[in-house]
Amino acid sequence: MGASILTGIGVVSGVECMILAHDPTVRSGAMNPFTLKKNLRALDIARENRLPVVYLVESAGADLPTQSELFVDAGKIFQKLTNLSAEGVPTIALVFGNSTAGGAYVPGMCDYCVLVDGQAKVFLGGPPLVKMATGEDADDEQLGGARMHAEVSGLADMFAVDERDCIRIGREIVADLGWRKLGPGLSSVPEEPLYDSEELLGITPENFRTPVDPREILARVVDGSRFSEYKSRYGTSLVTGWATIHGFPVGILANHRGVMFSEEAKKAAEFILLANQTDTPLIFLQNTTGYMVGTSYEQGGIIKDGAKMINAVANSTVPHITINIGASFGAGNYGMSGRAYDPRLMFAWVNARLAVMGAQQLAGVLSIVGRQAAESAGREFDLDADARQRLAIEEQIEKESHAFFTTARIYDDGVIDPRDTRTVLGMALSAVHSQVIEGRRGFGVFRM
Amino acid sequence: MARITKLLIANRGEIASRVIRSARSLDIATVAVHSEPDASAPFVLEADEAVALPGSSAAETYLRPELIIAAAQSTGAQAIHPGYGFLSENAEFAEACADAGLIFVGPPPDAIRAMGSKTAAKELMAAAGVPVLPGISIEDGEVATEVLERAANEIGFPLLVKAAFGGGGRGMRVVNGRDELATAVEGARREAVGAFGNGAVFLERLVQRPRHIEVQVFADNHDNVVHLFERECSIQRRYQKILEEAPSPVVDGSRRDALGAAAVAAARAIGYRGAGTVEFIMDVSGEFFFLEVNTRLQVEHPVTELVTGLDLVALQLAVAEGKVLPEAALRPTLRGHAIEARLYAEDVAAGYLPSTGRLDLFEIPDRPGVRVDAGFRTGDEVSVFYDPMLAKVMAYGEDREQAVRLLARTLADSRVHGVVTNRDLLIGILREDEFLAGDIDTGYLTRHDPTVLMAGDPRLDVIHPLAVALADQAQRRAGAVVNPAVPSGWRNVPNQPQEVAYRCGERDIRVRYRIDRDRVAAEVEGVTLGPVRIRSSSADSVDLEVAGIRRTVRIARAGSIRYADSVLGSSTLEEQPRFPELENANTAGSLVAPMPGTVVRVMAEVGQSVAAGDVLIVLEAMKMEHQVKAPHPGTVVQVGVSAGQTVDQGAVLAIVADPEEES
Repeated sequence: MGASILTGIGVVSGVECMILAHDPTVRSGAMNPFTLKKNLRALDIARENRLPVVYLVESAGADLPTQSELFVDAGKIFQKLTNLSAEGVPTIALVFGNSTAGGAYVPGMCDYCVLVDGQAKVFLGGPPLVKMATGEDADDEQLGGARMHAEVSGLADMFAVDERDCIRIGREIVADLGWRKLGPGLSSVPEEPLYDSEELLGITPENFRTPVDPREILARVVDGSRFSEYKSRYGTSLVTGWATIHGFPVGILANHRGVMFSEEAKKAAEFILLANQTDTPLIFLQNTTGYMVGTSYEQGGIIKDGAKMINAVANSTVPHITINIGASFGAGNYGMSGRAYDPRLMFAWVNARLAVMGAQQLAGVLSIVGRQAAESAGREFDLDADARQRLAIEEQIEKESHAFFTTARIYDDGVIDPRDTRTVLGMALSAVHSQVIEGRRGFGVFRM
Repeated sequence: MARITKLLIANRGEIASRVIRSARSLDIATVAVHSEPDASAPFVLEADEAVALPGSSAAETYLRPELIIAAAQSTGAQAIHPGYGFLSENAEFAEACADAGLIFVGPPPDAIRAMGSKTAAKELMAAAGVPVLPGISIEDGEVATEVLERAANEIGFPLLVKAAFGGGGRGMRVVNGRDELATAVEGARREAVGAFGNGAVFLERLVQRPRHIEVQVFADNHDNVVHLFERECSIQRRYQKILEEAPSPVVDGSRRDALGAAAVAAARAIGYRGAGTVEFIMDVSGEFFFLEVNTRLQVEHPVTELVTGLDLVALQLAVAEGKVLPEAALRPTLRGHAIEARLYAEDVAAGYLPSTGRLDLFEIPDRPGVRVDAGFRTGDEVSVFYDPMLAKVMAYGEDREQAVRLLARTLADSRVHGVVTNRDLLIGILREDEFLAGDIDTGYLTRHDPTVLMAGDPRLDVIHPLAVALADQAQRRAGAVVNPAVPSGWRNVPNQPQEVAYRCGERDIRVRYRIDRDRVAAEVEGVTLGPVRIRSSSADSVDLEVAGIRRTVRIARAGSIRYADSVLGSSTLEEQPRFPELENANTAGSLVAPMPGTVVRVMAEVGQSVAAGDVLIVLEAMKMEHQVKAPHPGTVVQVGVSAGQTVDQGAVLAIVADPEEES
């Protein structure tokens, strides 16, 4: 079914905007639970990064069969729209078609509203509902047409002759915002990497069991392929260092050999503190199977060290941009600024897997647990059933950890072609620079 | 002997610049006179001093002897060079100069007068032994038998019989032999009586496939009269020379001597002094006949300069100072071949309609063997007031082929933006087989369809719009305030291509393209192009590979206009707004000015009912009247102009409401 809404960051009249557009080709643009989730996420991106909102409206309203999962939380849309406005982030509704019932509050809550003649219909209740409620015979245009709203109700600030005209007016509104970004912007002139991004296709790990040296990736992503590595001889399973991307300074954390030990966790925590000290955005390239397990590591305090890293990530206030380039399993997902840690934007390479652990491992764990349960209960353990179940679970987890599955649940902000990594990061960094960039202050940088 | 230390040039444009160049090398100070529109023209800036003449038209300025003489007197110039055109063949002006104690750089007034009347000139030349076109008049009612016999002997065949009165081809007969003559005269006479009421007919030698051959002559005050060889100017459009060369490809040594002797005799017959040109018409056998004498420096004089190494303006000034012609002119040598193309701002396809506008770019490559005499620079305005010749582009080579090839390529590599020019026609002729073989005559352009000669590479209409679209995206990228290093139109989920439209002549060309790294998925007018690859792109140049062939297209811009030049040719495209402001669109039924000009007559009134094709407004531009007609029957609802008003191209002149569209 799809979310019947397209969202993205794009440049309108030289201003980066959060754009939301109903897709009326999917069930007339009616809102289903995924529409709502995506819609809310887009408005969060707008607020966190201070991006003006351009809302292209044409929706039949709520998808009634799924209303129970939808209706209550849908109110958040209007709340977030007006909160944005209150925070000084302009919101613009360009209404191309139906925007009825609750949907009428989208143009209602936006700062600017443009209606297309003969197409836009903005009313709380359509003619059938009005007839039922009051017995009045009303027609569409009189109830909520562009002309009526432009000339009588005043809901429409501008009257558009047709769709192109509406877009033209929308572009003019954005141009007239006189928008200024609050971030410090570029620190150097953007410079292409020395290595061809096409080669990333060959470097992309076929599966997460094949380690990839992230320096190979960075050489094809960062400006001039320059990377100043921090603690290159310590905690070598995690690569950290400074670079610029499209002229924006960044700190980068990238998993190297999947697993993270105490050293990697401490190195990451320190590095995150350093980035906060200098207000430098952080890029996380996730390719981790999690923190190391085993007696000696537990005794060595891997929980405490992992906690340091998660603590640093959670309390860091510089923008985080996270890309899952291979695997994001276990607490490694948290430590590497996974979705729950509110990275400003989060993407996944098409080969990436996201789950509590790898499918094979997860199935194996369940099998062992099952065997132990059978043993302690004194039941006989059915090996054939176990093998069948193991396979089924493995298949299910494999499917559910696939990038397409996870992105469809909005666990990231999009799947990207590895070759586009530099472009995506450049746009993302530019977008986060719309907002003030300020690191956490309070304590000095802990040497761990 | 008078010494000229300051010279006033009573002309404008390229010839004024040309005269200034020679004067400067002779340490002669120069004075330009100029009209108001010419105030910042190159020749004005090149002159040491300039005097403004109030007004715009030639009649108000360059054709005012008293103003020009006053300017010479106020600046202390001793001499006036008239250039060509304007006052150059005006005997009264030459006399007025003499009366004012000024040297007129040109022939004596009497020589100008002697050549002013064509029939008198013809008689004078015949008397001096210069071959003239044989002809005989047969009066109305005259018994023709012995006259016919004499005609057959004196004129020869083929000959033309035409009515002595009237015109328009009525009563005209071509006679190929003696036996057809009597019948033809009888027939012509009958027709002439019927049409004009007078049976007088005129018999004249018919010159088939005539070539225009002219001889440059020079005379000083010391009885020296020389010729500087011939020029051939057979390529003409509507009696206007457009390609001129020296020597003629069909004139050999002995013919050259005969032509020269005839020209010198002609010059002597009228007591000529200075530079002059004796024009002849030459038939396929090589026999030539006197046409007229141009008592001035010719537009095409540089081709003679290129093949003789002489500076004709310097020679004119020397003669004007009373000097003896130098040895180099008295014993001139002919070396190599030179050809000149007149680059005009005109729309060949629209019947050579003059084109006006701003020359957004005017760039003719400077390469060895090329000479450019231009009156315009980049940024100049080509106005409705004067001759629309932009430049004379000349090439010199060891032989004709070399010169012709060099000229063709030089024109092809030129960039002339902002006005429509005859460049493609010139190139088409220079590359055409008959022309290359020297098989030319004054009917060349009636035999060869200009539209065929100008036909460009059809790929032009595909490659250029695409290249322009890609240059535009490169420019937008370069000027982007955010994400300047992000590829144009980039999306993480590739979807719609970018779309732009360019107006090209009467149609819109829609270009859709999606850039995917160095590959481009491109569509022009709905047709998908073969593999497209951008080798490099910037606002002013796109190095593009389409279907395996790589070419560089250079792009220039002026507002919404894009000019594209490549090996395929040149095109002018206008970017169409992606999101037009609809309220600005012209009301249906609007009549817009097809060219800039002056409204001569307004023949419509508001409220008047008109039929389709009714003339509503008459517009004049470059002396050509253009009728603006009702596109459909209806009522005139608006007339926006009045007689005498100057209008820009595209201005709404009137609006005719269409009753069918009124609801």
